[in-house]
Amino acid sequence: MPERVDVRKTYKLFLGGDFPRSESGRSYEVMDSKGDWLANASRASRKDLRDAVKVARSAWSKWAGATAYNRGQVLYRIAEMMETRRAELVAEVAGAEGKRGASKQVDEAIDTWVWYAGLADKLTQIMGGLNPVAGPYFNLTAPEPTGVCGIVAPETPSLGGLVGRIAPALCGGNVVIALASEPHPLPAVALAECLATSDLPKGVVNILTGHTAELTPWLASHGDVDALDVTGVGAEQLADAERAGADNVKRVIKGSGARSPYEATAFMEMKTVWHPKGA
Amino acid sequence: MAKWEYAPAPESTDIVDIKDTYGLFIDGRFVEPASGEYFKTINPGTEEVLAAIPVAGQEDIDRAVDAARTAFEKWSALPGSQRAKYIFRIARMVQERARELAVLESMNGGKPIKESRDVDVPLVAAHFFYYAGWADKLAYAFPGRRAEPIGVCAQIIPWNFPLLMLAWKIAPALAGGNTVVLKPAETTPLTALLFAEICEQAELPEGVVNIVTGAGATGQTLVRHPDVDKVAFTGSTEVGKEIQRAVAGTNKKLTLELGGKAANIIFDDAPLDQAVEGIVNGIFFNQGHVCCAGSRLLVQETIAERLIAKLKRRLGTLRLGDPLDKNTDIGAINSRDQLERIRSLVGIGVEEGAELYQPACEIPDRGFFYPPTVFTGVSQSHRIAQEEIFGPVLSVMTFRTPAEAVTKANNTPFGLSAGVWTEKGSRILWMADRLQAGVVWANTFNRFDPTSPFGGYKESGFGREGGRHGLEAYVRLAEVR
Amino acid sequence: MATVTQHPLELVDRIGGTVDAVGATERAASLAKRSIKKDSKMWALDLALRCCDLTTLEGSDTPGKIRQLASKAIRPAPGDPSIPSVAALCIYPRLVPVAAEALRGSGVHLASVATSFPSGQVPLEMRLEEIRRAVADGADEIDIVISRGAFLAGDESAIYEEVAESVEAAGDAHVKTILETGELGSYDRIRRASLIAMTAGSHFIKTSTGKIGESATLPSALVMAEAIRDFAEFTGQMVGLKVAGGIRASKDAIRYLVIVHETLGDEWLDPDRFRIGASSVVNDLLMQIDFLRSGRYSDPDRYTLD
Repeated sequence: MPERVDVRKTYKLFLGGDFPRSESGRSYEVMDSKGDWLANASRASRKDLRDAVKVARSAWSKWAGATAYNRGQVLYRIAEMMETRRAELVAEVAGAEGKRGASKQVDEAIDTWVWYAGLADKLTQIMGGLNPVAGPYFNLTAPEPTGVCGIVAPETPSLGGLVGRIAPALCGGNVVIALASEPHPLPAVALAECLATSDLPKGVVNILTGHTAELTPWLASHGDVDALDVTGVGAEQLADAERAGADNVKRVIKGSGARSPYEATAFMEMKTVWHPKGA
Repeated sequence: MAKWEYAPAPESTDIVDIKDTYGLFIDGRFVEPASGEYFKTINPGTEEVLAAIPVAGQEDIDRAVDAARTAFEKWSALPGSQRAKYIFRIARMVQERARELAVLESMNGGKPIKESRDVDVPLVAAHFFYYAGWADKLAYAFPGRRAEPIGVCAQIIPWNFPLLMLAWKIAPALAGGNTVVLKPAETTPLTALLFAEICEQAELPEGVVNIVTGAGATGQTLVRHPDVDKVAFTGSTEVGKEIQRAVAGTNKKLTLELGGKAANIIFDDAPLDQAVEGIVNGIFFNQGHVCCAGSRLLVQETIAERLIAKLKRRLGTLRLGDPLDKNTDIGAINSRDQLERIRSLVGIGVEEGAELYQPACEIPDRGFFYPPTVFTGVSQSHRIAQEEIFGPVLSVMTFRTPAEAVTKANNTPFGLSAGVWTEKGSRILWMADRLQAGVVWANTFNRFDPTSPFGGYKESGFGREGGRHGLEAYVRLAEVR
Repeated sequence: MATVTQHPLELVDRIGGTVDAVGATERAASLAKRSIKKDSKMWALDLALRCCDLTTLEGSDTPGKIRQLASKAIRPAPGDPSIPSVAALCIYPRLVPVAAEALRGSGVHLASVATSFPSGQVPLEMRLEEIRRAVADGADEIDIVISRGAFLAGDESAIYEEVAESVEAAGDAHVKTILETGELGSYDRIRRASLIAMTAGSHFIKTSTGKIGESATLPSALVMAEAIRDFAEFTGQMVGLKVAGGIRASKDAIRYLVIVHETLGDEWLDPDRFRIGASSVVNDLLMQIDFLRSGRYSDPDRYTLD
């Protein structure tokens, strides 16, 4: 019996809910943990990035306006989708970073979604509050999403690092343009496929693969990006990225790696509302 | 004798004792600047010179930061309960010396005495009192985290609320266990230097609070100092961006409270007379030198005519003049530069075709004054609808629907504050959800309280001042394991 | 005094408007901080005196008491011709004939409360009869009360009708309509009642009877003044404001003058458009005038107690 030739996957960008190749037509070689060729990944251009910001911005008001309960359910659905594709995700992570720790990384990534799914409708209660002002006024502070967040994911863990940054941003109602780990982008594409089949509205998360150093300055200087997560920005590029972010007073965020409501509110603004109390 | 007149009721200046020459307050002492340079600070209400103020140069900043660094070791190790007592002392002494602080604030900054007396100084005392109580309760402030001091804080404050901004900066910093080098604005150093005396009287340990004076260059030197751990700035968006660039790539924690161009939105069912007061308070409070000023009035078209008539009538009762007169509503513009900027932007407004209204009012011969000004017929595209004027100048626009009001209100790079006036509760909450602003005042405007977080969205800055959230700007949150 | 005409009740809705309680309170408090000095203060004290409705509304009032008070109304400071008469003497209807006699030729108006003051809880016909009788006996100003019960029950047309009929019954006498703001429950209601009373033809609107716990307050006077201003904008008619009850010190009287000045303007700083219903404030005004003149604090026994 002749051996069956397997059908290979084309690794593409995740942009506005679709999976396009880079408009530039470029790709780059991705190696496995032993240095052997694994696949070609799309090499996103600054125009892909620009398009990603555009779709993210247009997706924002709906996602930010969703109820926290609803966002929690969508995040939980992502965990469900990842769980059903667990084997594939483990294989991708193992291919990228080696077998060791791959399944643990995937388990933790799934659990991270579950953790933030459960946080969505507690965030305001934990981080907001009623302020007892000295006067006849009702005064309330609550966190609100910042808007369009650019995330430069750390190189490793390839899946866990990305999920650890996207999940807290989404939890609070932000939309995301994430630059996947440059050397290990394939788990990010697998994640994108899970996101596409969850109930996440199109454009809420956009994942670009490619050369991080090439894309980061464009992300950092983009006037319609409200926050920049520099967790994965290399030391040599960090100061430049932060400096570029100053042009529109970007919030610069660095993740701690822990699951925490503080990671979520790092992507948020505190809004305070006053109203008189009178009959 | 058949006319009502408010005779001048000036507050006596006997209570303040202004020195000819001041020193820098470093390590608990007033010292001469190593630079040997001084500049003159004036009374913008009279243009009289009040005192000579030192210019802190690199060497002075080094000394101040060193003093703060040395003091940090002991201050941060002091039990919170003891730190609290020093801060409480300061709060009480501000109350004791309230009159003196208020008069000096009005003399040096030009704001009406009724504001410095009834708003600024009471809020300063309240702010210290509020944060004093946090010093030994940090464990309760951030669930799941241990709040640790950051270190030496470089703080740069503006001239519009000199003492209040000092309080917003110093009180939470001290409560968090940090030490401070603060630079007051070039034009308004005097109350900060008087505050230094209060620190002395309170026997605050030497070096915990250092006050360095000077202009932009002094601020730059301070921000760039490598031994500074935290930078807090309140001022223009332009300078805020420079500071953000300056600290890029360092580990300095940064909070910025920058400019604004707030929309004050009046629906047709609003309580109109109170809305008029809110509009007046929103834009003419402190001569409009307020980052969160309601400088764009958005009026529902159905009531525009009636509301503007009421507003114009009310403008006629505003009293402009001597900041020290208790009946003065609009005091002096803080500086000649600012006056020129206001004049220039108003000129642009006229050129752009907006309709100017200024009530008849007598402008004093000396000092920097500008009459309350309302522009009607303004479009979103006019510069007076986009740029922060930072003066008593209101731009009026109209809208038809709530959605249009939100779109227009958010159509700015700023996002500090917004006002909404309507009797319909559900509309207020709908609007409040959609307005991109850190503070939303519904059926009121320009209210401040130490328990209430304040700060911007978008290019109005990041970080909050006031409340539990304001404390976060002055601690590092360590995981509890 | 200007003639007042009645308008259809629909005008109330056209003027409309609501009041934010906290905003109104804060505005009133900020106006209370206005500082009046020297010449202006003397002028204000003199004006306050000229705007006083010297009032006694007690079951124990007698002809003797009324004659004494009338004399005080005409000459608050006997022997000092520079001190003006007050605006009016305000009393119960039964003693109007006595007061009319005592005030004759003095220029001091004679105000009588009527309409079953202070509650208003008798049938309208009897209330109107009370007005006619007081006017016939010599009152040229009538202070009426509105039926707060009907108003709070939502019957605005009843209020409109009773005020309109009272104005008619009063003929040439001017009608001051007491809203009894302390019973209305909210500033929105105070504004609404003010507009109804003005629309129905009141010459003045008045805060209180002085017979319940809460009398005139600065915010309620402010809200009424704002209603008067809006009414004037719509109709061109300048309705007067009377504050009553609890005003004992000169500084309180001056605070109300500040509110009137800032809200309504100088045209209302006149006894034809502003009144203070009080009794004890008169002596305090006299004491303050003496203090301004002499620079020394005075002794209360130097002022007549009638």
